[in-house]
Amino acid sequence: MNKIKIILNGMIQENPTFVLLLGMCPTLGTTTSAINGLGMGLATTFVLICSNVVLSSIKKLVPDMVRIPSFIVVIASFVTVLQMLMQAYLPSLYASLGLFIPLIVVNCIVLGRAEAFAVKNTPLDSLFDGIGIGLGFTFALTLLGACRELLGSGNIFGIDLWSKEYGALAFVLAPGAFLVLGYLIAIVNKIRKA
Amino acid sequence: MNTLTVAPSPHVHGSDSVKRNMYSVVVALLPALAASVWYFGIGALTVVLTSVVSCVLIEFLIQKFILKVHPTITDGSAAVTGLILAFNLPSNLPIWIIIIGALVAIGVGKMTFGGLGQNIANPAILGRVFLLVSFPAQMTTWPTPNAVDGTTGATPLGLLKEGGVGAIANIPSTDLLLGNIGGSLGEVAAICLIVGGIFLLCTKVITWHIPVSILATVAIFSGLLNLYNPDVYASPLFHLLTGGMMLGAIFMATDYVTSPMSPKGMIVYGVGIGLLTMLIRTFGSYPEGMSFAILIMNIVTPLINTYCKPKRFGEVVKK
Amino acid sequence: MKKLESTLPNMVIVLTGITIVAAALLGVMNEVTKEPIARIEQKNLEDGIKKVILGAGAQGDLTVSKIDTIKSDDGKQTFVVYTAEQNGTELGKAVKTAVQGFSPDLTVLTGFDKDGNIMGYEVLKHGETPGLGAQAPEWFKDKEHNPGSYIIGLNPGQKELKVSKDGGEVDAITASTITSRAFLRAINIEYEVLFRGNANANTGATSKNAD
Repeated sequence: MNKIKIILNGMIQENPTFVLLLGMCPTLGTTTSAINGLGMGLATTFVLICSNVVLSSIKKLVPDMVRIPSFIVVIASFVTVLQMLMQAYLPSLYASLGLFIPLIVVNCIVLGRAEAFAVKNTPLDSLFDGIGIGLGFTFALTLLGACRELLGSGNIFGIDLWSKEYGALAFVLAPGAFLVLGYLIAIVNKIRKA
Repeated sequence: MNTLTVAPSPHVHGSDSVKRNMYSVVVALLPALAASVWYFGIGALTVVLTSVVSCVLIEFLIQKFILKVHPTITDGSAAVTGLILAFNLPSNLPIWIIIIGALVAIGVGKMTFGGLGQNIANPAILGRVFLLVSFPAQMTTWPTPNAVDGTTGATPLGLLKEGGVGAIANIPSTDLLLGNIGGSLGEVAAICLIVGGIFLLCTKVITWHIPVSILATVAIFSGLLNLYNPDVYASPLFHLLTGGMMLGAIFMATDYVTSPMSPKGMIVYGVGIGLLTMLIRTFGSYPEGMSFAILIMNIVTPLINTYCKPKRFGEVVKK
Repeated sequence: MKKLESTLPNMVIVLTGITIVAAALLGVMNEVTKEPIARIEQKNLEDGIKKVILGAGAQGDLTVSKIDTIKSDDGKQTFVVYTAEQNGTELGKAVKTAVQGFSPDLTVLTGFDKDGNIMGYEVLKHGETPGLGAQAPEWFKDKEHNPGSYIIGLNPGQKELKVSKDGGEVDAITASTITSRAFLRAINIEYEVLFRGNANANTGATSKNAD
């Protein structure tokens, strides 16, 4: 398969957030600001790429009946590595995402791509699938975070566009996540069908 | 809605219509509107006008330019939404916040689902709750009635939440009834709302099931708690006359679109609202829970409709 | 290569192998990151103490040492006391404790000079309502916007900090009296511990929610 096509497929046709609606917990929980969305997206991308490549490489070695536990151990290891690295070198991002990093383990995107793609394709293709899906996820989370940050506190990536006073707090809180996600999915569907 | 009950033929066409019902609600709200203008002055009128005009205008713009359908603003439903939204707001709220509330009520609460008759939650309450969560400081700064210098104070329910029963001991029930207390436009004068409610009952715009089941549940729940420990829990009368209780029970919970269709369902729905309101008021962190309770029961309404279907004529009882 | 069969020995060997590799990887990473993580935690604490002793944005070296952990008799309230020295002279002490605000664990770190005047405070952790109680970290030190709530320089020993609603001198956060009461209570009991050695004080206005 064409590598660029794999990446585009992950970003657009099978965008994990807007089309597959996978991994809703981090999507709704972490996107209080654009930078948090970007951070969470990139963190998931890192785990996704590593696990896709490794799982694709060892797919013949893992007996079917212990497939899921083996995958989870591999994914959990990468997540723990990521968590320690972030804690050590990106403490401020870790402080705002901390709770959600361990949850990447059970993010259905990671296990979903392992099952749906990595075990059926070569490690190289799986690498590109990881990049594509990861970037699609990152894009969606950043967009969602940017909308919520703008509407909720009047800035994007911490740059003030208008006074914080005019921000509607609901967008920073949980209801705003559902509201903005709903409208974004509606817009994406409209564009995809047009 | 009465017109939705399908009965065997012959069918007689009545004069009942969306328009007639909506304007009856407007008439029923007039005494309360007069009371709020009396207590809060010109600010109350500004809030009502802004809210009604922006709701109607937003509905018109969305129907004309986004949905591209024939605008239906003359049926009065947008105006009623605006009026009820205004009744849920404090009279000193900045105008831009009211417009955001109207946008959420009509745009998100009603038009997103396809307009009148398709919305799952009461648009006015959705707008109000959105504002409450978004602008908590402005939405909980209540002007005191007849204040000339813009003094603000807590609502009786706010006092109860912060200071316990002792803090509300000095408020006479007549003040609660006549509305000489802090609060949003439509939660101050219980007596005017009750008069409006009687008018709606007499003109058969609403039936007694929902308001009575809500008020009875609240009275029983708070009565039991009050009997158990009167030093901690306020009296049933206090709970019935404060906050959005009358406004919610008579005008907001009875919205046709978002309440169950059969009398049995209406009672289940009313009891649910009463219970949730009292749970939030007594054990929750918000002082008032009426609007949250109505929203939650709005969402449950389709489920209630499924389980409380009216019996078909001639239906055979399953063995 | 053919896929391995799901026989018992195969499964045991593969699972053991994967876990050993994973454990080894994690062990190595733990060693590598242990030191930076500890350094960052220490730095965060020092930065916090620096802020409450010297004021925000202040420069200068500060030697911070933890001197004591005090518990109230019922064991519910814990106070951690730090001293901050600059070039050998003690500038002040900082106390950290947690109280029940609108939600649990409103953790406040407060710096006091030797006379008991408040030098600064930091809210290290809280779960207060955004837009209301969540303004506490800035509210009481923002002289420009909330002059009536400015508590830096006040001395809880001379006059207990109370919100104006309870007859005190500090204006509460708009529409968030419960958080404000809890916050001031934290500072009052920190003062009690530090200067009167009383870890069981329950000073400050309590309400049924802020208790």
